[in-house]
Amino acid sequence: MKTYKSVCWLLIFLGVTAYSQENSIDSLFNDIILDEIIISTSEKTLDKNQPKALSTLDELLEKSPKINMVKRGGYAWEPLINSMATERSLITIDGMRIFGACTDKMDPITSYVEISNLSKAEVSSGQQGSTHGATIGGALDLKRSTSRDRPEGWNGKLVSGYETNNKQKIFGGAVGYNHNLLYANVDFMYRDAENYKAGKSQEVPFSQFTKYNVSGTFGTFLNRQNLIEASVIYDKATDVGYPALPMDVSLAEAFISSIKHEWKPISATLESWETKLYYNTITHTMDDTKRPDVPIHMDMPGWSDTYGLYSKINGNHKKHRFSANLNAFYNQSIAEMTMYPNDPDEQLMFMYTWPDVRTFYRGLHLTDLYHLSEQSKLKFTFGIGWHSNKIADDFGLSSLRIFHPDMKPTKDRLLKSISGNYLLNTGKWSYNFGLAFGERAPSVSEGYGFYLYNSNDFYDYVGNPYLLNEKSWELNASIHYHSKKIHSKISANYFHIQNYIVGKVDETTLPMTIGASGVKHYSSLDYATVFTMDYQIDYHFHSNLKAETLLVYSYGKGKDGAHLPFISPFRYALHLEYFKNEFRSQITINGNSKHQNYASFYGENQTSDYIIFGINTSYKFVFNRTALRLTAGVENILDRHYTTFADWNNIPRSGRNIFLNAVFEL
Amino acid sequence: MKTIKYISVLFMALLTFSCTSDDETDLTNLDELTNLIKIQEISNTTHTVELYSKSGKLEQGYNALSLRIKEKNGNSFIDNAIVSWNPMMYMTAMQHSCPKSEVVKTPHKQTLYNGFLVFQMASHGSEYWELTIDYTIDGTSYSVSDTLEVHPSDKQRVTTFTGTDDVRYVLALVAPSEPKVAINDMIVGLYKMENMSHFSTVDHYSIKIDPRMPSMGNHGSPNNQDLTQKTDGFYHGKLSLTMTGYWKINLQLLNAENQTIKGEEVTNEQESSSLYLEIEF
Repeated sequence: MKTYKSVCWLLIFLGVTAYSQENSIDSLFNDIILDEIIISTSEKTLDKNQPKALSTLDELLEKSPKINMVKRGGYAWEPLINSMATERSLITIDGMRIFGACTDKMDPITSYVEISNLSKAEVSSGQQGSTHGATIGGALDLKRSTSRDRPEGWNGKLVSGYETNNKQKIFGGAVGYNHNLLYANVDFMYRDAENYKAGKSQEVPFSQFTKYNVSGTFGTFLNRQNLIEASVIYDKATDVGYPALPMDVSLAEAFISSIKHEWKPISATLESWETKLYYNTITHTMDDTKRPDVPIHMDMPGWSDTYGLYSKINGNHKKHRFSANLNAFYNQSIAEMTMYPNDPDEQLMFMYTWPDVRTFYRGLHLTDLYHLSEQSKLKFTFGIGWHSNKIADDFGLSSLRIFHPDMKPTKDRLLKSISGNYLLNTGKWSYNFGLAFGERAPSVSEGYGFYLYNSNDFYDYVGNPYLLNEKSWELNASIHYHSKKIHSKISANYFHIQNYIVGKVDETTLPMTIGASGVKHYSSLDYATVFTMDYQIDYHFHSNLKAETLLVYSYGKGKDGAHLPFISPFRYALHLEYFKNEFRSQITINGNSKHQNYASFYGENQTSDYIIFGINTSYKFVFNRTALRLTAGVENILDRHYTTFADWNNIPRSGRNIFLNAVFEL
Repeated sequence: MKTIKYISVLFMALLTFSCTSDDETDLTNLDELTNLIKIQEISNTTHTVELYSKSGKLEQGYNALSLRIKEKNGNSFIDNAIVSWNPMMYMTAMQHSCPKSEVVKTPHKQTLYNGFLVFQMASHGSEYWELTIDYTIDGTSYSVSDTLEVHPSDKQRVTTFTGTDDVRYVLALVAPSEPKVAINDMIVGLYKMENMSHFSTVDHYSIKIDPRMPSMGNHGSPNNQDLTQKTDGFYHGKLSLTMTGYWKINLQLLNAENQTIKGEEVTNEQESSSLYLEIEF
């Protein structure tokens, strides 16, 4: 591990590489956006598209150097940003806050959207991601796709795909219309997969899934300055298996809606003003009826409803570019558990695992980008948020008072965030250096969970309403280099996180779940440190051949000296790509080193190193006004049987898979 | 007829407002029975004694009871009686009584008296309970007596056992009567059988509790508080129940010298104690 570290540092100091790219006006504020994943398949140039057009969103996110995906099965992987899980990161859809309804994290927000709904995913690290709320590790904002940027008139698309490994069938379509005063589009996507097979044809039972997704956007310009846009996503997954967990999911359903007003005044100072009202509701039902030998049958439904709004202005004044974002949300999270005793004459056993927790957040976030000179800029952000929790249900409150007899039903917190970055751009080279501080409130599970079973470490977790805010002190730096042949970037983030929330074993309390090892209470470590560094270099051998390399190093340790869980071992990727006219072919190599610094204290074990090869080829047949793009590829060519640090309970990953994607553009 | 009615209403009103020490109380005073359901009436030639409880039936275990004495002539209630009672179980081979309280005038009520009875067993075929209520009004003694229907309880609310000291004990659950998923106040009555007809409250003992759910792999709850005796004679503690369902409250009874009289500690090998109570909700 040390060698990798020193190699990486050496690369920084030699300054081998780096790159800078003139950002478009829209994303000027996102100077420090670390990664942008293009999702939409409607890009005109082939090499900007994803090679596997009908990848799941999870597969696409996994390619980002800042993201790791925790897998509990074939579906609904949980994104970790800078090695930090969903409590410490912020995932939004066009700035909207959405909260999963599952106490066992079986439904990250990313599982309620489809690639057909989105144009791109923006990853920002640390406090650069605090625009839409409090975060520690960073943010992932999923951008909706609309017909607004499409050519005038009608557009349409039909997609279909098949994957041999899990017999996944994919069908989808989209219709859009764009006119100078209004635009609209509707899309749908359907995926149906059976159990996947790990390497050596070993079937992984309970890894099937079926997913339907429909979405629509409608926008109309009231006049040249005012736009109203309404957007809806409906997503429904049924019969989803979670081989790493003791339960599956019979229903995961989301309705995500918003209405937005955009005002672009003709003014030099005020550039735009965007206000959005949104509502989303999630229903999540776990199901163990198909599992053999369950010690006790149980129902575990959960619901999460969120109402929110934000209002954001962007403007310019002299050398300042500023933005202000006022945002608020109100969330209601309920989860319950009903257990069916083997003796049918006995009463059902019922408890609230999330006792109707209401979270109300109001925040203001300010950004200022100050041009020191042509080449250098200073960026400041400041955020403040009022976060309050309330337990609205008396049954739930008295349940939690078993553990915390004096707890009050409400808890208020003030969350602050501040950051400063220095950016220097000298043509081919650009540099960024920043310092930041941020806070986050405990999640609903961490604050108010009641006997939440973690099947990775076999403990029942109990929430702690008295937890202190997590405070993160952060250092970030990146160097970019950009020339005709080389695009390169190295970036590093260091987090010193005070009051780091972890589970602490309570020897005296008996677990609730049959077979669990014991009970853990959420409590705080004095501090933990997390360091991540990644290095990307794209080299264009000539205009038809390029290589992309990625190296990622991560490290995380608590004050007690124990390694933190879900910290990736050294990770690398090499993609070699040839493209000419409408033909494109790619060889991919992905691997991890042995997981040396595994967190045995948190129930992890060591996973071995692996290297996986893949190949894909696509060709775009262009007819008059239509085009058909066919892609075929093989993943895990050698059919390697492997598991990684991010696989819950060490379930093995997919073995050899041959996929075929067809995208027909009308 | 109407005039008589008016006069009587007036007369009654005068009575209630003027005579605080009057022996007889107005029948229209019905709000005293809030949350009480009549179990049965027991009569003699002069009076009818009405027996009430929250559920309207008698159940094996602890029963909190209210009663009032109605004059047969005039429908008025006696508010100054001195009342005592004696329950007896008539079995084929023997007869015995059960733990009981004194009968006292219910505070802030005009007509009600209250107390409790702890039936160790239910009525069963030819084996039956009989309750005799003796009362004295202004120096004159009266008595009523009748059989009672004591229903068996679904779960064990009372247990009778012989301790390591060879004493016969009766232990009964008093509270929680409406258990919640919460930390409940737990109250238990503990009695010693002096002889067939006399039970006395046991003092200065302590009772350890360990609530478990056998259907959930013997899941146990945290933050329980063992029971100790308070000035009311009952044993008080805290019982936490983490979910609804069937709970077995495993008990260990310790005497004043902390010696175990009955019951075992629950361990991996010892799934439950021989001394226990049950709650299901």
